[in-house]
Amino acid sequence: MANLLVVAEARDGRVGGASREAVSLAASLAGPLGAEVEALVVGGPGVSADAGSVGAAGAATVRVAEHEALAEYSPEGYTQVVVEHVRGGDYVAVLFSATTQGKDLAPRVAAVLDVPLATDVTGVEVEDGVLVIERPISAGKAFARLALDATPVMASLRPNVFPVTEVGGEAAISAYTPDLDASSWKVRVLERKQTGGGSVDVAEAAIVVAGGRGMKDPSNWNLLESLRDAIGAGAALGASRAVVDAGWRPHGEQVGQTGKTVAPTLYIAVGISGAIQHLAGMRTAKTIVAINKDADAPIFNVADYGIVGDLFEVVPRLSEEIAALKAGG
Amino acid sequence: MNLVVCLKRVPDTETRIRIDASGSVIDPSGVKYVISPYDEFALELALRSKEATGAGEVALLSLGDSATQETLRKGLAMGADRAVLLTGESGMDGLATAKALAAELEGADAPLVLFGVKAIDDDQQQVGPMFAALTGRACVTGVSSFLVEEGKVVCEREVEGGSETVEATLPAAITITKGEHEPRLASLKGIMAAKKKPLEEKPAQAVASRVRVLSLREPSARPQGRIVGEGADAVPELVRLLREEAKAL
Ligand SMILES: Cc1cc2nc3c(=O)[nH]c(=O)nc-3n(C[C@H](O)[C@H](O)[C@H](O)COP(=O)(O)OP(=O)(O)OC[C@H]3O[C@@H](n4cnc5c(N)ncnc54)[C@H](O)[C@@H]3O)c2cc1C
Ligand SMILES: Nc1ncnc2c1ncn2[C@@H]1O[C@H](COP(=O)(O)O)[C@@H](O)[C@H]1O
Repeated sequence: MANLLVVAEARDGRVGGASREAVSLAASLAGPLGAEVEALVVGGPGVSADAGSVGAAGAATVRVAEHEALAEYSPEGYTQVVVEHVRGGDYVAVLFSATTQGKDLAPRVAAVLDVPLATDVTGVEVEDGVLVIERPISAGKAFARLALDATPVMASLRPNVFPVTEVGGEAAISAYTPDLDASSWKVRVLERKQTGGGSVDVAEAAIVVAGGRGMKDPSNWNLLESLRDAIGAGAALGASRAVVDAGWRPHGEQVGQTGKTVAPTLYIAVGISGAIQHLAGMRTAKTIVAINKDADAPIFNVADYGIVGDLFEVVPRLSEEIAALKAGG
Repeated sequence: MNLVVCLKRVPDTETRIRIDASGSVIDPSGVKYVISPYDEFALELALRSKEATGAGEVALLSLGDSATQETLRKGLAMGADRAVLLTGESGMDGLATAKALAAELEGADAPLVLFGVKAIDDDQQQVGPMFAALTGRACVTGVSSFLVEEGKVVCEREVEGGSETVEATLPAAITITKGEHEPRLASLKGIMAAKKKPLEEKPAQAVASRVRVLSLREPSARPQGRIVGEGADAVPELVRLLREEAKAL
């Protein structure tokens, strides 16, 4: 029987939320396709300890490829492991998460296996026994429905789009040590630098607090940091290009056409006018809040809720109210 | 050292997208085209690299229709030395595009090939690493700056929660993201010089697309939003709405 394979992502030994979303989606497709869901977790020794969490999201079996050389993401090592795994099985579809890692890995695997790939997918359905994929194009200005004429169908899924349904299942977990020769790899990481501010990337965060030129000065970001902290885990900071280009914020925080595309459950735009290139990166957020002193700012056209006013008054109050809400339970 | 930059012609970021009557293609009328912004960043870094080392050429490569000549001329005006246009369709199948580009560069003296991290029309983010996998090159994605050294390229790359310095053996393919260097504007002199620079046009090696576009649709309209109020006094109501109505907190 041909199965559905989810290439799960483990970071610091934990299987990420995006992988559980992918497993959940696969589980919803398994019935119509008459397939079972298998997850492949790739990582360093000990990664299997957290592999069971994808069982609860609907995977029947979990294979864990453990190797010292896989403790950190290595494009060559991971590509080899996934390619060998797919070749050794019989899959109708192979799903990745469109995280930084998944975006790096999936195209390599697809090219080696010689199958096309749909990236950053926001919809998958079974129609007449065939997978039909929907994905945004032109930064969400349109959506394309696609059929991929190859087996397996390969896709990477945009984080935060597909819900996780806990089915409470238990997966059969089995680990193995792939045969790897790291000395032949042509890419080596020389140094890693953390930019602090927590490890949630703006592209994957469930809630984004984004600031623009209206913030006036980089030192004022303490206001947005307080708001982010009041919201708590899962929140990340974002920025408009104007403030990134001014050197106020790091490039990794930029949201928009030439920055990250985000689809959080809540996007709070503070002192951002809402230029078309900015909207391109965040218009698919579930709920958008805009805080801007200009009632005619285009950001209000996409915002679900807006406050017209001075951010220097509104934001501290918002942090306070949210902190009070969280404290009150 | 010779550098190749792969450029795609795409609708300008301001363009309003209209789906044509067939329902499966974007209506090209009235669309203004530009070099895909990330490809422009790649070209800027390539030109800086050449200026720093003083040796080799920067060549441009694009798969597209004949109108792509105009896009390549813009790249030549920025300072690239020559350009090759492979005429053919560049659709949603990134692997087909990667194969056409790989076929053209087979056997060429091109130790480092640069890509944009993504083309902003189809947003696929795949052609660069696919090209690398097809050609057996080392590959680094999301590079914001790089330095060519003896037999290798050292790249700064953005990752979740930080950055890393990565070294790749040449020949390599790297994909460029937005970094600190603004792409230069073409000078008048550059525009004049570009007219005389070599631009070769030839048919692309035909690779059938295996991605079929069944239909395109506009994004669902966002429900009409509302202004909750003015100033800090509106905050409690906003928080209530976020919690009770949007269930976002
Ligand atoms: C090819 C291309 C690609 C681009 N890519 C991106 C991209 O990826 N991301 C991106 O963001 N932009 C992008 N841009 C830039 C974009 O066009 C805008 O210039 C940019 O988004 C503006 O940033 P901003 O909203 O922070 O600044 P502004 O447009 O200057 O807006 C500042 C806002 O703050 C408000 N404000 C000021 N003071 C206060 C206050 N005290 N209280 C409340 N509100 C206040 C103002 O009313 C105003 O609306 C791109 C442009 C091009 C040409
Ligand atoms: N038709 C094309 N011609 C030349 N280069 C291309 C073409 N399509 C994509 N590329 C390159 O591949 C990068 C990634 O494109 P994509 O995978 O389509 O997002 C682009 O930024 C270009 O550098």
